[in-house]
Amino acid sequence: MKLLPAHIELLAPLLMAVFAAVSVPSLADDPTESARMELIRIIEEDVRQTSLELNKAELDPRVMKALARVPRHKFVPLEEKTYAYENRPLPIGHGQTISQPYIVAIMTDMLNLKPDSKVLELGTGSGYQAAILGELAGEVYTIEIVEPLGLLAKDRLQQLGYKNVITKVGDGYYGWEEHAPFDAIIVTAAASHIPPPLIKQLKPGGRMVIPVGSRFMTQQLLTVDKRADNKVVSRQVMPVVFVPVTGRH
Amino acid sequence: MPQRPPYLSVALISGAALAYEILLMRLFSIIQWHHFSYMIIGLALLGYGFSGTVISVFQRWLQAHFTFVYLACLLLFGLTSVTSFMLAQAIPFNAEMILWDSHQLVYLLLIFLLLSLPFFFAATAICLAFMQYRGQVSRIYAWDLAGAGMGSLAVIGLLFAVFPQYALLVIAVLGLLAFLVASMELRLKQLKVTLVVLGAASMLLALAAANLDLQLSPYKGLPQTLRISGTEVIEQDSSPFGLISIVDSKTIPFRYAPGLSLASTEEPLPQVGIFTDGDNMTVITKAVDDQSKLTYMDQVTSALPYHLVDPASVLIVGAGGGTDILQALYHSTPVIDAVELNPQLIDIVGHRYSDFNGALYQRHGVNVHAGDVRGFLSRNQKKYDLIQLSLMDAFNASASGLYALNEDYLYTVEALQLYLDHLTPGGYLALTRWVKMPPRDTLKLFATAIDALKLQGVENSSDRLALIRSWQTSTLLIRNGAIKNDAVEKISKFSESRSFDVAYAPGMPPSKDSYNQLPQPWFQTGTAALLSDARDQYIDDYKFDLKPAIDDRPYFHHFTKWTSLPEIFRLRDRGGMSLIEWGYIVLVMTLLVAAALSVVLITLPLRFLPRLSGEAKVTVSKTRVILYFLLIGVAFLFMEIAFMQKFILFLHHPLYSFAVTLTAFLVFAGLGSNLSANWSRRYSRRTILKGSLAGIVIIGLSYLLLLDELFVWLSSTPIFYKILLTILLVSPLALLMGMPFPLALSSLAENAQVLIPWAWGINGCASVISASLATLLAIHIGFSAVIFIAVLLYASVLFVYPSPERTI
Repeated sequence: MKLLPAHIELLAPLLMAVFAAVSVPSLADDPTESARMELIRIIEEDVRQTSLELNKAELDPRVMKALARVPRHKFVPLEEKTYAYENRPLPIGHGQTISQPYIVAIMTDMLNLKPDSKVLELGTGSGYQAAILGELAGEVYTIEIVEPLGLLAKDRLQQLGYKNVITKVGDGYYGWEEHAPFDAIIVTAAASHIPPPLIKQLKPGGRMVIPVGSRFMTQQLLTVDKRADNKVVSRQVMPVVFVPVTGRH
Repeated sequence: MPQRPPYLSVALISGAALAYEILLMRLFSIIQWHHFSYMIIGLALLGYGFSGTVISVFQRWLQAHFTFVYLACLLLFGLTSVTSFMLAQAIPFNAEMILWDSHQLVYLLLIFLLLSLPFFFAATAICLAFMQYRGQVSRIYAWDLAGAGMGSLAVIGLLFAVFPQYALLVIAVLGLLAFLVASMELRLKQLKVTLVVLGAASMLLALAAANLDLQLSPYKGLPQTLRISGTEVIEQDSSPFGLISIVDSKTIPFRYAPGLSLASTEEPLPQVGIFTDGDNMTVITKAVDDQSKLTYMDQVTSALPYHLVDPASVLIVGAGGGTDILQALYHSTPVIDAVELNPQLIDIVGHRYSDFNGALYQRHGVNVHAGDVRGFLSRNQKKYDLIQLSLMDAFNASASGLYALNEDYLYTVEALQLYLDHLTPGGYLALTRWVKMPPRDTLKLFATAIDALKLQGVENSSDRLALIRSWQTSTLLIRNGAIKNDAVEKISKFSESRSFDVAYAPGMPPSKDSYNQLPQPWFQTGTAALLSDARDQYIDDYKFDLKPAIDDRPYFHHFTKWTSLPEIFRLRDRGGMSLIEWGYIVLVMTLLVAAALSVVLITLPLRFLPRLSGEAKVTVSKTRVILYFLLIGVAFLFMEIAFMQKFILFLHHPLYSFAVTLTAFLVFAGLGSNLSANWSRRYSRRTILKGSLAGIVIIGLSYLLLLDELFVWLSSTPIFYKILLTILLVSPLALLMGMPFPLALSSLAENAQVLIPWAWGINGCASVISASLATLLAIHIGFSAVIFIAVLLYASVLFVYPSPERTI
């Protein structure tokens, strides 16, 4: 059968479509990129709506950039990868979770990190929060009490090239004496009270952020500020805009 | 076919089924959390409704093969009671992910389907017995109820003797025993076959026995703690009060000190952890010679009263691991009385670990009493300088699976009055709770205290209250007398040195939080509003329910207002998840799902029934059948559940009260059913029904009016007589309540036998709906109202009695 011009007219778009479908994956750097961007957009939207509570209409752009850079899907187990960029917590095994990105964003923002900050993290978990901290701060020290998790996270962070993040497995109650004091401390490991040694290792002018609640639901975000005179003040913030009483009270 | 129905096997299977229900609640409270176990098991009971539907549709075949099916059902109950649980616990259900992950709903559905199987088989067996032995429906029902009553009692005893997963095996064996007994009752000729089958089933169970380890959700406290290297469970103990796991940590100590001040420099002493049902950790503290190491016990909000008064005697509610006792000893209190509900816990702390804790319970002046605090206080006149209720939530019988969800008699207005009655002049009641954001129970407790004081005749409660808090815990003080200025000074000093905030103190102007800042000073504005004339407006405007709980409506932990739900639901992805009160949502969901499924289960057989009825000279109105059996199903459970709660106010001990009243209700209802059979020889069924309904209405209303008074009058009677009196009071009511169902069912047996399974199914559905409906109503309008509604329902039932009507 001879190829008529009519045939070519039909065939050409078809061929182009096939070509495009085949080549699109190689055109995009990273298929997760778009999912990550969508997540950032959702978080920014949420924060705008939360602004009454958090006293700001948007989070530090550096924080949002960090969230855009860190490949969250590399921190979740295989069976959860489909949900890696949804705005929800995910189980990562060993009875632990990777936090809801929205909460991670708010907490990181509350730490007020500068490029030369020294941060301590208690509860490495997947290492995701540590990676975010690594993008923003100068030095990050992170401790995980569950050995298999800690080793996994250490490996992962190394592979992803976070050279400024040092991981260790152990008891975080006494902080990390050798590298103290810290500009910021984030405590995601469960504890019945705030360990006094940690408060000691906080620099004057420094801040501790502690999410309070269960593994899947954060009830409040506690910040502990150490003033210049070493006085310690805590602030309790809810991660949600919710005023418990209507009317003028 | 032998003339005598298989009464004994009916009783056995019925007892086994109820025991299984109670045991499942216990098991699921251990592996999951008790809200979802309530839902799962509540829905699994639809197995009864489901059996009605299936039998209705296939009744011809089933009746033709009665012996085989009956025996098969008993056997299958025995087997599925174990296998269903094993499979159900393997399903990775994670309650907390439910609003994020739709798979969880599928898991929930699977679990409930699996668990409904044993109930399905038990119910099928019983219903088939009704159909096969149509003339003796009432007597069969009598054995059914009596068996259930014995079953509920037996399982509680069983739970004291063996671990819950092995109690499961006992119930399975009971099912096999029912099978064996049935084969004898039915005069089965092929005895060899029976024995072979029995042998095979036993082997299967023995295999299963090897794999019955409980798999706790990985997010519960115990499994989380065990992931820390060096921690291990050194001992376990079990009772209906809970599964106790004692955990030791060789490398990383527990350091449990909730509410420790931010200004504290102390570290807690070495501890051994105690978990109840895999969560709710408390600790036993190691004894040390150096008393100064105990100063951290003074760095918590609950230590406040010791700085205002030097108590000569203190009552500690909930001894637990002994921490509060240790705190009292640290402050050199000479007389320390402590009450603890769980006798195993007392044994653990008082004997098995007395070396570790330095013989804490044997110290001079320390007296630990087993039991509940309200019973303890109503039996003795002692007064204390300090009553300490710290970080305690009541054990409620729901964890042992008896129609309860979240009742808490520790924090009702009447409870607070009771505590205040036992304070010496100038004595303090100290209530410490976790701080929730936004404030909920702290403010509710404050409102409860004001109400209690008002009922004590204190007009100006504002000078008797003080509230301090850290970011973690709050302590409310109520004094038997005004809190003077020097005490207020001391409160300020205590709080300042420990970085606690004073939310309210008499004479102090409302101040902003200095140490634990909130976006708005809600504790200050809240307490001020509750003390002012605008109190009702404030409670109305608050988005959580702050109305104080009372004994008739003992739901202190209920906070959901329907008006707030849309906003909370909208915020769930934006950090609002923790605003949801899961217990309530689960209750409502259970009710809705049960109602929806019931509609399907009840209407499905309607297609098949007319065909089966064929040419009948008499018919019975199907509408009446539905209404009658629904109404009496609901009314029966409403009465039973509400009176079970009422009698807690008499017997006090939540577990024993439930056991006595539930057993009494069931056994006497069974006797009533039997009695109705005897009476039917002399009187028409309608007459007996009229009589029984009249009796129920009269007794129900009388109890409604008189019981509360009676309980108060006899409150200090010894427990033995109280139990006898309870049985005496329950018996006439239960006796009469046991009649409406068998009367109507035997009428159907005579005139429209194809409707028997359908009526049975309707009744089954009604009991599932009514269990959650009763609790829902009680939360909003109280148990007395539930009883009143039940009385009305019983009164109305006469008008829908499905009497036979002649066809033309």
